[in-house]
Amino acid sequence: MSEHHIVTPATYLKVLIALAVLMVLTIAAAEVHFGEPFNLMIALAIAVTKAVLIVLFFMHVKYSSHLTWVFVGAGFFWFIIMVALTTADYLSRGWHSPFTG
Amino acid sequence: MSSTSHAEHAYVAHHFHSAEQQKEAGTLGMWLFLAQEVMFFGGLFCVYAVYRLLNPDAWLAGSASLSVFVGGVNTTVLLCSSFTMALGVYFAQTGDNRRLFQALVATLALGLLFIAIKLQFEYLPKYREGVFPGANWGPYGHHYGHLADVANQGGLQMYFVLYYIMTGMHALHMIIGFGIMVVLMVLARKNTFGPQRYMAVENFGLYWHFVDIVWVFLFPMFYLVR
Repeated sequence: MSEHHIVTPATYLKVLIALAVLMVLTIAAAEVHFGEPFNLMIALAIAVTKAVLIVLFFMHVKYSSHLTWVFVGAGFFWFIIMVALTTADYLSRGWHSPFTG
Repeated sequence: MSSTSHAEHAYVAHHFHSAEQQKEAGTLGMWLFLAQEVMFFGGLFCVYAVYRLLNPDAWLAGSASLSVFVGGVNTTVLLCSSFTMALGVYFAQTGDNRRLFQALVATLALGLLFIAIKLQFEYLPKYREGVFPGANWGPYGHHYGHLADVANQGGLQMYFVLYYIMTGMHALHMIIGFGIMVVLMVLARKNTFGPQRYMAVENFGLYWHFVDIVWVFLFPMFYLVR
């Protein structure tokens, strides 16, 4: 653990440029028709990448203690559980059961 | 108390062992708050996922009526404000209160620009042309008239319910941030911050970046449905 790590403006600028490039990329990807689930998956993958860059560098988590990592991870982990289980329910409601036909 | 040196007494509260422990506690407390914010917005994202699954046609039509250009400009504005905020944290850590003040002014200005664009080019034109869910729902006019021809009007209204609530909650978080920024600007003017004392700026930075992350997801979810 590197204590009192100060992130420099040069690093922040690189992250800003990366975020801008990813934003252009996500707009460009939306103009191409990749078929049903793929446009959504690409858009989400780019959004997650941007969020990770912001969390690691702008929010200094890359340089934070392991306990901070646990706190950050717990919040997003519970969010994923909530969305995954809820959408799994709604997605599977129209499916036929092998037992009831 | 024993591990606290004499010089540290000035800024380490008596219930902390050391400056390091005090900083760690402050960071963890802020992340605990942000985890709660993830849950708060998470509920909305969850509702969004379900209604999008149930109304894919309405989501396509609703999204096509939004301007990717305006949304893209606002995304750029917000990313830049996150950058100036990050610079502000750097200036607080290095004790440059004058530049910190300037960074906060830039962040506030970009935040206000975001809200102004949102109102002038998005909320108000939609509201005027009947694109507002509820009893007065009824899109008309040159920009939004075609929305009246969408078969699934209920689904389309749900799209705009979530559009207004989620972007509105995001905007409300920004407006709360404006107030905190003004307080930090006053403190920076009084040369409050330095290498030993910057947690207020750092923790507000965490809040501001979190609000930025919410927008990073809102942008593709509302503007780029294909």
